[in-house]
Amino acid sequence: MSLTRHCLYFLSGVLASAVSSHATAAQAQIAVAANFAQPIKAVAELLNKTTGHTVQITLGSTGKLYAQIKNGAPFDAFLAANTEAPERLENEGLALPGSRFTYATGKLVLWSSRPDRVDPSGAVLKRPDLGKVAYANPKTAPYGAAALQVMDALGLSATLAPSLVMGESIGQAYTFVYSGNADVGFVALSQVLEGGRLKGGSMWQPPQNLYAPIKQDAVLLQRGSDNPAAVALMKLLKSPEVQTLIGAYGYEP
Amino acid sequence: MGLTPSDLQAIGLTLQVAALTTLILLAIGVPLAWWLARSRSIWRKPVGALVAMPLVLPPSVIGFYLLVLMGPQGWVGQWTQALGLGVLPFTFAGLVVGSVIYSLPFMVQPVLNAMQAMGNRPLEVAATLRASPLDRFVHVVLPLCKPGLITGAIMSFAHTVGEFGVVLMVGGNIPGVTRMVSVQIYDHVEALEYSDAHRLAAVMLGFSFVVLLALQWMNPQRRRATA
Repeated sequence: MSLTRHCLYFLSGVLASAVSSHATAAQAQIAVAANFAQPIKAVAELLNKTTGHTVQITLGSTGKLYAQIKNGAPFDAFLAANTEAPERLENEGLALPGSRFTYATGKLVLWSSRPDRVDPSGAVLKRPDLGKVAYANPKTAPYGAAALQVMDALGLSATLAPSLVMGESIGQAYTFVYSGNADVGFVALSQVLEGGRLKGGSMWQPPQNLYAPIKQDAVLLQRGSDNPAAVALMKLLKSPEVQTLIGAYGYEP
Repeated sequence: MGLTPSDLQAIGLTLQVAALTTLILLAIGVPLAWWLARSRSIWRKPVGALVAMPLVLPPSVIGFYLLVLMGPQGWVGQWTQALGLGVLPFTFAGLVVGSVIYSLPFMVQPVLNAMQAMGNRPLEVAATLRASPLDRFVHVVLPLCKPGLITGAIMSFAHTVGEFGVVLMVGGNIPGVTRMVSVQIYDHVEALEYSDAHRLAAVMLGFSFVVLLALQWMNPQRRRATA
């Protein structure tokens, strides 16, 4: 460990103890898949309250964050939107073996920013006046892949193909629908909920048997193996308290 | 080269968007530059600043505002819908509109520089020979500003080819309609298809070098050819 990092730890320790009187507080840099933006802020707050540790959050798509970690980005832990990227990092020796676990299972919704547009059975997808249908890039976003599975299962892939527009991430798919440019869109349940209730518009939750569970894995990276803040965050994510909290954001614990 | 069919499709689409954008920019950028070079209006400076804005704005800002403005609730979107054109995001036309705005300074600036460098003298001489304003513009201004026009056209074309943020925001990533090369490369990287990304990125690298080299050759007398 370099001298500068020692100094940084010391400084962040001084700052944190000044605020919260925890003498051993540390700081960690964590990379988080964009769909988990809201809950991770709540978890980070809880971590700070209970331990004094602080975390700095970098949001992005799983593919991009993976590439950055592989190329030496200074992250201590990685909360991905799939299981493959953390597994790869473990195989490549960049993550701590055995630290990988599923912290959340995402749920897919069909959502429109217009109220009464999406009916409780998803029949809107068969309407002749259906406009553009947004979804995330299935190659890079697990929610996009799940959307394709749902369309396949409903036998609508061929008819919907000309209406599809693809967002670079689930966040962009949401933007397309939110701005009204897409009529409906497949997004994450966590994006349309606030305090456990629908923020606005209308939605349909496709039955879970129509798509493979969207398992999101977290992993402790080699760089964070001796960082108390990163270690504490991983532990906190597994706690029943946080699992309940994550559930309220539209994930299955 | 080992490019995939979808890579080739993205290249074809990119060339179409860039060519059309360059033609539109020649049509509106040259008169605009002429007005900026000659006008004494109080609007000259604000318009000049507006034209230069895409140089300093992040493409994500331009893309975001285009998405909102051209969407069904935006005023441009309301207007295009009233005209029966529908909304522009996720269409080829929408990409061209975005590219025209994004590449506007790359056409206007070199042409404006050439027009200002020309000075008043050739126009005064032509006027004493009783050339009409249009005559002067077509037979004096345009030939004298040819290097600036060529630089502007090449830079607009090349800049549109290299466009990323705007395409990502308003494109919707539809193969053959809005998925341009830059987004295709981004997709390859995100999907961890690094060798595919390498091949296409190398094509872009070679292309931009050739373009800049052509500019150097075309304007040998100008040391700062890309200015």
